[in-house]
Amino acid sequence: MNWSKFFYMGGYGFYVWGSYIAALILLGVEVLQLVNRGKTLRERNRR
Amino acid sequence: MNLYKYASPTAFYSLAGKLIPWFAIPAALLFIVALYVGFFVAPTDFQQGDAYRIMFIHVPAAWMGMFLYVLMAFYAGIGWSFNARLASMMASSISITGALFTLIALVTGSLWGKPTWGAWWVWDARMTSTLILLFLYIGFISLQSAIDEPRRADRAGAVLALVGVVNVPIIYFSVQWWNTLHQGATIRILNKPTIAPPMLAAMLIMLAACWLYSVAVVLVRVRHIILEREQNVARVAAVAVY
Repeated sequence: MNWSKFFYMGGYGFYVWGSYIAALILLGVEVLQLVNRGKTLRERNRR
Repeated sequence: MNLYKYASPTAFYSLAGKLIPWFAIPAALLFIVALYVGFFVAPTDFQQGDAYRIMFIHVPAAWMGMFLYVLMAFYAGIGWSFNARLASMMASSISITGALFTLIALVTGSLWGKPTWGAWWVWDARMTSTLILLFLYIGFISLQSAIDEPRRADRAGAVLALVGVVNVPIIYFSVQWWNTLHQGATIRILNKPTIAPPMLAAMLIMLAACWLYSVAVVLVRVRHIILEREQNVARVAAVAVY
């Protein structure tokens, strides 16, 4: 397996990986926001 | 087993807590399988080269954006018509995930458009109607946030969601109704798909992963909304695991 060729994606690496990284960031932000909101709500309810 | 009892936010809160792992864990596994099939099994496209691999995230995200809007409008309509609190809470919960998938579809579409069409953005029918879908989601979320009284916010949101649902068939049929740079549908319910089986498999597995992910995060968020709105549930949740 040639990894540099794999990441190069036939010259489209920026677009292909950019798409997946953008999607990962957006979904990751949603999950983190949910985790933080859950923590805040649990703390508020304990008081 | 009386399923109607789960229409009560209090009963649904604990059910949702038990269901979340059953959707979240398969979603994570299917994301990995979809990426493996998409990058290591699916062949390079003879016309677009490897740029077409953006399709494996772009198409499922676009489908989820449309599907979640219809689902949000359905729940909002049920909540409005029958004064069902949980249905309105579900609509609020779905809206953020739907907006996120629509944004992913637009961003990845832009990143696919540049190498294939030579432009980051064109005002063609499908892209414009998808942008309108994002604005409808943002409008729904903003409207609900702007009104302090939750039931009034639910009713106002329901009107916007139901009116906006007309945009979904416009997005879907835009490639048939207008001349557009967008390619036509490669997968139809009645006809044979026009793409190679490994490509189709990667896309459908990613769609399943996105669907399971959506269910998991919507259930987590609806539990948060229940906690915020229902004081009796908040007291129970303070001492319970689920």
